[in-house]
Amino acid sequence: MTLDDIIARHMGLEGPLLPILHDVQAAFGCVSPESEAQVAHALNLSRAEVHGVVSFYHDFTASRDARAEVQICRAEACQARGVEQFIAAALAAAGERVRLRTVYCLGLCSVGPNARVGDTLHARLDEAALVALVDAQ
Amino acid sequence: MTVVRISDDALALACGADAVADAFEQAGCTVEHVSSWGMHWLEPLVEVDGQGFGPAAPGDVAAILDRSSGKAIGRIADHSFIARQQRLTFARAGRARPLSLEDYGANGGWAGLERARAMAPSEVIAEVIASGLRGRGGAGFPAGIKWKTVAKAQASQKFIVCNADEGDSGTFADRMLMEGDPFQLLEGMAIAAHAVGADRGYIYVRSEYPHAIAKLKSALALVGKRLSPFRVEIRVGAGAYVCGEETSLLNSIEGKRGEVRAKPPLPALEGLFGCPTVVNNVLTLAAAAHILAEGGAAAYAALGAGRSRGTIPVQLAGNVRRGGLFERAFGVSLSELVHDIGGGTASGRPVKAVQVGGPLGAYIHPSQFDLPFDYEAYAGAEALIGHGGVTVFDDSADMDAMARFAFQFCAAESCGKCTPCRIGAVRGVELIDRILSGPRREADAVEALPQMHNAAKAGRSREEDLALLDDLCETMQLGSLCALGGFTPYPVRSALRHWPEDFRK
Repeated sequence: MTLDDIIARHMGLEGPLLPILHDVQAAFGCVSPESEAQVAHALNLSRAEVHGVVSFYHDFTASRDARAEVQICRAEACQARGVEQFIAAALAAAGERVRLRTVYCLGLCSVGPNARVGDTLHARLDEAALVALVDAQ
Repeated sequence: MTVVRISDDALALACGADAVADAFEQAGCTVEHVSSWGMHWLEPLVEVDGQGFGPAAPGDVAAILDRSSGKAIGRIADHSFIARQQRLTFARAGRARPLSLEDYGANGGWAGLERARAMAPSEVIAEVIASGLRGRGGAGFPAGIKWKTVAKAQASQKFIVCNADEGDSGTFADRMLMEGDPFQLLEGMAIAAHAVGADRGYIYVRSEYPHAIAKLKSALALVGKRLSPFRVEIRVGAGAYVCGEETSLLNSIEGKRGEVRAKPPLPALEGLFGCPTVVNNVLTLAAAAHILAEGGAAAYAALGAGRSRGTIPVQLAGNVRRGGLFERAFGVSLSELVHDIGGGTASGRPVKAVQVGGPLGAYIHPSQFDLPFDYEAYAGAEALIGHGGVTVFDDSADMDAMARFAFQFCAAESCGKCTPCRIGAVRGVELIDRILSGPRREADAVEALPQMHNAAKAGRSREEDLALLDDLCETMQLGSLCALGGFTPYPVRSALRHWPEDFRK
């Protein structure tokens, strides 16, 4: 799907910018400066306004990173269940190959530590399970 | 053929429910995917003829089917965790298939909407006020009063916005409701729309909840006509915690940075796209569905304590042996929740602290565990109920680290609009690092500069830094634009108050 298609698909919405940016991020792995300019033009916004939105939200990135991503929850409930003790091992397993991203809460707070890869969730992780999850990417 | 019921809630899936369901299908059983009962330590929980087995693994299939499994827990509905609850909003949890209109109708669904639509809008609002329902997002504002304000506002366009940006750690009730009983939320929104004269609605769901988003989309496709003329659209957040704040959420839907707006104007008068808007939490709107059913308002008002009427879905999380969703009338104590119902810590060590109300909630010391779950009682103890999350910590928790984390989280998630939050959070982290670095500290290069008139040239003691931390907390609490900066001092100050020894290591 091209950027034009994505923009056209959401133009009928009130407040179409976030839905467009989500699709751009999903399709191209980032919201590049070129995409920002094109989206801004289509929505009659300044590039600064679009850039302001892209840089505000954690889900949008300015450049593409093709590595696999493992999201690890490090919020209070997962901390209470010991996630911090496993971070060093996870980082070592990930090295430069896998991107580890800290997220705050996946909503599975009674069965942490938790992680997310794509739309798949993983609960009750210990160090070995977390390392295995990183290794499997 | 044996019918086996297994939840397809995100938490059950994360615990391996899919593999268990596959194994039962291979054994020739029919698997029905139901909502979760909320007994999370038992997930994946398998139900056969009302009997429960959990936590089940694919290898348990044969033993469960011939009833010899050691994982049997007896009749699920009679389990003490369920029997001790007073479930209204989660009445269907575990008992219905989330996307089955048949199950929804057979379990009281649509009764509220049908009755409400036969009533005048003002009568609907009067019932919501009479029920005593207060906003479940955290602020506890009376829902009926908010609806009344929007109903009275003169405008050609009004909106119902459902705040499903459940970012607080230790909370998952919104997620469970959206995944387990999505029709109830839509029904509640349609009731609100009828009450205030709105024909458009938005559900703003956080992007961390892909399963909830999918369920809501499917549910909407099934009942769009039934809700008509009310139209609902689902919007997905983009990873910003602060978008759970109502004005920031509205900006986000409008396609702007999720920056907080100053109030007034209230969103009830100038909300989404400048129009009068009801912004309510998932649980508040869902409660409207059963409150509007025949006798629902009186039944709701009859429960509770003081000015906190009805039930609160408490979420037992963190280091707790039996975690999950526990809906009960207001007034229940923390000692009952944590010890009797939760069974103490999962690690088996003593409970050190409990954080109630998410990352902005106070840490509560075991000596305060008699505190009744009630908005006013918590406010009186410099704590808050928030969204009803209860996160348990055992004695290995470092409260200095938790206080530091509160600032760190605020710094990461601040929208940047107001100074106390944007800068205060960063200074808070630095200050706690200094306090932990030792009893006395020499002036650093910047403090030694001649133009730094207010800096102590001879360095500062830990006690002076602690006083400074208290000052910072006061500034954030009184000067921040929204609850993110305004409430971050709650976990910090409560940690300092109850565990001072952790800051003097």
